[in-house]
Amino acid sequence: MNWVNILIQGALLGGFYALFAIGLSMSFGIMRLVNIAHGDLIVLSAYVALLVTENTGLDPFLSLVIVLPVMFALGYALQRGLLNQTLSGGLLPPLLVTFGISIIIQNGLLQAFGAYDHRLQEGAIETASLRFPGGLFVGVYPLVVFAIAVFSIASLQLLFYRTRLGRAFRAVSDDADTAELMGIDNRKLYALALGIAMVFTAIAGVLFGIRTIFSPSAGPIRLILAFEAVIIGGLGNMWGTLVGGIVLGVAQAVGAAVDPTWQILAGHLAFLAILIVRPNGLFPRTRD
Amino acid sequence: MTLLRTQKLSAFYGDFQALFDVDVTVEKGETVAVIGANSAGKTTFLRALAGAIESAPEMVMFDGQPIGGKTPHEIVRLGIAMVPEGRRLFPSLSVEENLQLGSHSERAGPWNLKRVYELFPRLFDLRHLPSTDLSGGQQQMAAIGRGLMSNPRLLLCDELSLGLAPVIIRDIYQCLGAITAEGTTVVLVEQDIARALDASSRFYCFQEGRLALTAPTKDFNRAAITAAYFGL
Amino acid sequence: MESVRVERGTKASRVFALFAVPVVVALVTMPWWSGDAGNMRLIGEMAYYLALAQLWNLLAGYAGLVSVGQQAFVGLGGYALFYLTGPADMNVYLALLLAGPFAGLMAIPVSFAVFRLRGAYFAVGTWVVSEVFALFASLIAVLGAGSGLSLTPSILRQISPDRDIRDTILYLMSLAISIFVFAIVYLLLRSRHGLALTAIRDSEPASASLGVNTFRTKFIIYIATAACTGLIGGLIFLQKLRISPEAGFSINDWTVVVIFMVVIGGIGTLEGPFIGMLIYIVLRELLADYGTIYLMLMGALAIAIMLKAPFGIWGWVVRRYDVQLFPVGRRLAHAPLEDASKQ
Repeated sequence: MNWVNILIQGALLGGFYALFAIGLSMSFGIMRLVNIAHGDLIVLSAYVALLVTENTGLDPFLSLVIVLPVMFALGYALQRGLLNQTLSGGLLPPLLVTFGISIIIQNGLLQAFGAYDHRLQEGAIETASLRFPGGLFVGVYPLVVFAIAVFSIASLQLLFYRTRLGRAFRAVSDDADTAELMGIDNRKLYALALGIAMVFTAIAGVLFGIRTIFSPSAGPIRLILAFEAVIIGGLGNMWGTLVGGIVLGVAQAVGAAVDPTWQILAGHLAFLAILIVRPNGLFPRTRD
Repeated sequence: MTLLRTQKLSAFYGDFQALFDVDVTVEKGETVAVIGANSAGKTTFLRALAGAIESAPEMVMFDGQPIGGKTPHEIVRLGIAMVPEGRRLFPSLSVEENLQLGSHSERAGPWNLKRVYELFPRLFDLRHLPSTDLSGGQQQMAAIGRGLMSNPRLLLCDELSLGLAPVIIRDIYQCLGAITAEGTTVVLVEQDIARALDASSRFYCFQEGRLALTAPTKDFNRAAITAAYFGL
Repeated sequence: MESVRVERGTKASRVFALFAVPVVVALVTMPWWSGDAGNMRLIGEMAYYLALAQLWNLLAGYAGLVSVGQQAFVGLGGYALFYLTGPADMNVYLALLLAGPFAGLMAIPVSFAVFRLRGAYFAVGTWVVSEVFALFASLIAVLGAGSGLSLTPSILRQISPDRDIRDTILYLMSLAISIFVFAIVYLLLRSRHGLALTAIRDSEPASASLGVNTFRTKFIIYIATAACTGLIGGLIFLQKLRISPEAGFSINDWTVVVIFMVVIGGIGTLEGPFIGMLIYIVLRELLADYGTIYLMLMGALAIAIMLKAPFGIWGWVVRRYDVQLFPVGRRLAHAPLEDASKQ
């Protein structure tokens, strides 16, 4: 097998995982909240896109015009209405509440759509590939996804480091009490943070729904993949998350090359290995 | 004109009562010192004023309006700013970003980045450094600047001299004079009694959560203060 | 001078014990006064769910180890039983006895990985570990790979050739294991280890500074819980007759409902899991015709409890009425004063 092809495929897959991870990383960085429902929200986005495409005839990329505001509003409302109340209670409330939300979403989708597999159809781009000299094949779609991942992280970095809102996010992440003493409305900020996180989650959901079949129970594995990307990369570092995603993707690609059924397992094992050797990830930045 | 008045202000940390019926008034333009031993309730008092600790609405009156129970960010918008104990600058932000953060509430007034750099020229040179790279004194100046950026009518200063060398403390208190000259009212919590009394026109002495003594500083009587300070 | 005694029991617990004994006797003798197989299966299920809930409560509510991966040990115990009785051709009782220790043993390397994580990360980490075990099980041919293994009739005949007797034995085993697990948890919490756990739960740094070996305590609890969970897993799949990676390591079946039970009933209390388990069974049986709506309801209930009454139903009762049915604390009791005025 062509090892360069494997590495490239794995790296591009990493773009996907980084996209999955953005929302989770934001939640954790700003609100110190590990959102167990994150994977299910990715899947929910795909289902919302499905509803939009089936009822409007829009193609999945265009459906984002509707899906993004919907998911933003959902994230804002979720944080403002529910999750903000869990932040001062210690470890259990956020964990258990997001766990509850996860179960509700999964079973709600099951009741509404049934246990069947679905897929968003985008057409030719799904299978197109570019051919490079040396027998190199690069799928167009994975390349587009990777580019979107890089673009997303870059725009978030821009937000964090060049805007008033981004300053507020970083301040709250550092020291929520003092931030409030400086005039920041923490609760509104958290809601905004989850709303923005959901925008990227929705993008990830739609892109993923085009590439892979999904069903109501597809959420948990997405959470785990996002989680692994964040931990491998190191907390508090968006570019680190991209690297984490790439490492995960490459590990999976290597595993898949040996035997396709080993793909996910290879990723898990790489994660556990890195966890044991470098518990803080490859590029940790957050002070906890 | 009374800018701030507390009426039987009591505050709790969970079940533990930290303030008992504190009555304090602050006139517009004054600098009032709050002194007392450790854990006397001085910081708790400031935090109650800033909204970080809950109190009943009428317990804190600001410009005639009850503000007890309001959230800290609402109180900043009304014109009270805090320079917290230990500075509490944001480590992920540069010096200038910390200052800019102070104006998040976008209150109008004379203070802006240019004015703050005029007051603390040293900060201008350091403005792009991470705030953690600064010395204690520079951090204190930045923290004061950050508080000023919200154009407060009342500035709460918690332990400005904490951990600083006397020379630096002197510089900082000189700057404080420039701030009050602008008309900003200041409540000053201090361990260093001499500094506190030097900078203020009136003082309150706390002891175990209660007011033990209050007087104009010109009527300062060492024996009375010592007695009140230590609860003798 | 008043004399002071340290009491372990409470009035409520003594009254409760009086009621509990006949109930337990009735349950144990149920095969004889009601031989209905459906009822026995239900009670058996309630028994093992209760045991799983008590164990998760011990782990999360007392040791502060919020694991979302206990299903790993259910699956490990189940697979151990199937492998030992199948390819290894061992006696079924012996296999069941070994299922627990096997899971406990596997928990040791697992702990090396997951104990590096804290809080919510620990939770997701335990989940990843469970997924790893599930994936391994699906790839190993001798374990039946993706489709899993079935218990052959000859294995079942080792318990008893007669179906009714077999049902009775399995039912009594469920009860026995459930009582056994509960007894272990109860005695543990009453002992000084339990005191250490409560201290750790209240404040880990404080208890560490007092000399409590927090790491070792948590480690032992984790391994012991894994072993007990493995034993239960063996029993569950012995009764189900089939195991597959999806069923054995199902987070929905073995962890989600267990967590909901504990949270709704009252985390950190011994009484809570009972209440939570009863609520689960009632909701499930009542809403059986409506698909998985009962799960959504439990999720919503868990959320509401976490936000409004974080100590759960029993926690609310304790705070309101200061009652304990399974006392684990120590109270100071005063001996009556001699009435000096009467002399």
